[in-house]
Amino acid sequence: MSTTHKNLHGLRAIVTGATAGLGLALVEELTRRGGTVGFVARDAERVRAVAARVPRAVGVVGDVAIKTDIHPITTQLIGRLGGVDLLIHNASSLGPSHLKLLADTECEELEEALATNVLGPHRLTRALLGALASSAREGRGGVVLSISSDAAVSPYPTWGAYGASKAALHHATRIWDEERPGGVRFLSRDPGDMDTALHAIAVPDADRSTLKRPETSARELIDELSIFLHASGTVQAIGGAQ
Amino acid sequence: MIAASSPTRPRRLFVIADHQRSLAASAFTELFREGDVLVINDAATLPASLMGTHLRSGEPIEVRLARCHAADPREPFGWDAILFGAGDHRTSTERRASPPAVLAGDVLSLGPLRACIESLEKHQRMVALRFEGAAAKVWEGLSRHGRPIQYAHVPQPLALWDVQTVIAGPPVALEPPSAGFLLDWATLGALDSRGVEIVSLTHAAGLSSTGDPTLDARFPLPEAYTIPASTALAVRRARIRGARIIALGTTVARALESARDTTLDGKAKGGVRAGKGIATLRLGPHHPLSVVDVLVTGVHERGTSHHELMRAFVDDGALEAATSAMEAAHYQQHEFGDAVWLEARPHVRVERDLPQPRRATGK
Repeated sequence: MSTTHKNLHGLRAIVTGATAGLGLALVEELTRRGGTVGFVARDAERVRAVAARVPRAVGVVGDVAIKTDIHPITTQLIGRLGGVDLLIHNASSLGPSHLKLLADTECEELEEALATNVLGPHRLTRALLGALASSAREGRGGVVLSISSDAAVSPYPTWGAYGASKAALHHATRIWDEERPGGVRFLSRDPGDMDTALHAIAVPDADRSTLKRPETSARELIDELSIFLHASGTVQAIGGAQ
Repeated sequence: MIAASSPTRPRRLFVIADHQRSLAASAFTELFREGDVLVINDAATLPASLMGTHLRSGEPIEVRLARCHAADPREPFGWDAILFGAGDHRTSTERRASPPAVLAGDVLSLGPLRACIESLEKHQRMVALRFEGAAAKVWEGLSRHGRPIQYAHVPQPLALWDVQTVIAGPPVALEPPSAGFLLDWATLGALDSRGVEIVSLTHAAGLSSTGDPTLDARFPLPEAYTIPASTALAVRRARIRGARIIALGTTVARALESARDTTLDGKAKGGVRAGKGIATLRLGPHHPLSVVDVLVTGVHERGTSHHELMRAFVDDGALEAATSAMEAAHYQQHEFGDAVWLEARPHVRVERDLPQPRRATGK
């Protein structure tokens, strides 16, 4: 592809769970290509550190799993960005205890995985849908990307809470894209097995040399999004600058 | 008329046109024709009621933000604000305790926020203030400590999600652009299927009421708006093909009429300029409309600025007949009340070929 496709100058993106792993790599990749990124994560110190280090990144502290955090998060991020063209649901939870048989998984543990991986993205999408639809109407974008997992499609034993919640997110995202409210588009993508803190918790004895670097996955995802945004006439409309 | 007392969507819709009639709100989409342009206000509501302490006196104070000095939400520092004393929204604004006497230079502690009074604005309860700290801190403080501005007709405390329209985007409105409560995504989809073109603008709706007649007489304050290029283009195309411009809410009407592009000729006359602007005009019986053909709004009491705005659309006889009919049918007013579809009578519209003043009335 041409370098033009990689330029995201003027794009306003929001990424959840963005102080480590794939989320952080996505923030760095988007800002490196000229985009402005608002991100949310739970740890105030880490939010401050990333916001201070990455140019054109603004961070807010919050937990997408908590209902009363959603509007404070969106008020701050849209207030500071002015709008949003791309939303990436990256924040993810294995659940409070993982690698358990479903038979041994407490309902509350399943609820916790669902809160972060399903309800959080649903609430955040709905709270941002007006801004995303305005972006779509103005020809700037209006795209939502859900970070999925192979556990969303393959029934791995002892991955019940995570797999079921990721399957729900993946399927909901596909239904959103059938409905396309306000012309907003929705994608769900599996970034592959990456060398991240989450993977280390899930598979402690994995051979790290066989895992993808999160930077590689971030670049592949943003490459695909760039083509997607250009195909819908987006990036020409927002930046002007090449 | 009675005030709607809980956050609900409109149930009924009163049509003021050649034939006045009362409909279920669900009939809203049937009033549209193919090719109509519906303009919506995508401003989200900022939680603009801040409880705190006036440090010099130690007395409690409520600050209600009334207008941001900057047109850009990335600069949330300077504001015009209205002050209230002890108590909260459950006491009507007319009966609220007076705020402590403030002086320029006084500091207010408002939860995590600190604000300095810069000046009094010709009234003991209206001030210009400035928040201390970086934009990130101000936004965090507003979003975590602020509560939606509320009035006594809705006693239950509202959460921010109760006051957001489904179309809400930038948090620049200080009270909800409440005509947006007519919409959900299924309604927007139905309008799209009917061939209605839906476009948006962002208008920073300000405070509507203070309980003080001399302050209320100064409202609405100048309000910032932004009209995207795609919206200006849609309005101009509608003009050329003779389609109707339907404003969802008084804020949309105010922005569109303020942004009228006087350089356009012929059929394009009545188009609007894209970009940022400040709405200062007051629509009313003495301000002929040049852009908006239909206003969708709430149910407004006689004598309010919103009722005056409706007089720009129809003659007083028709408006009075409609107001009486809505009273008899117990229509609900205020932000969670019923809705009105108001078609501009041809004779109250200016002839588009006549030269027009840039702004008919200033404030």
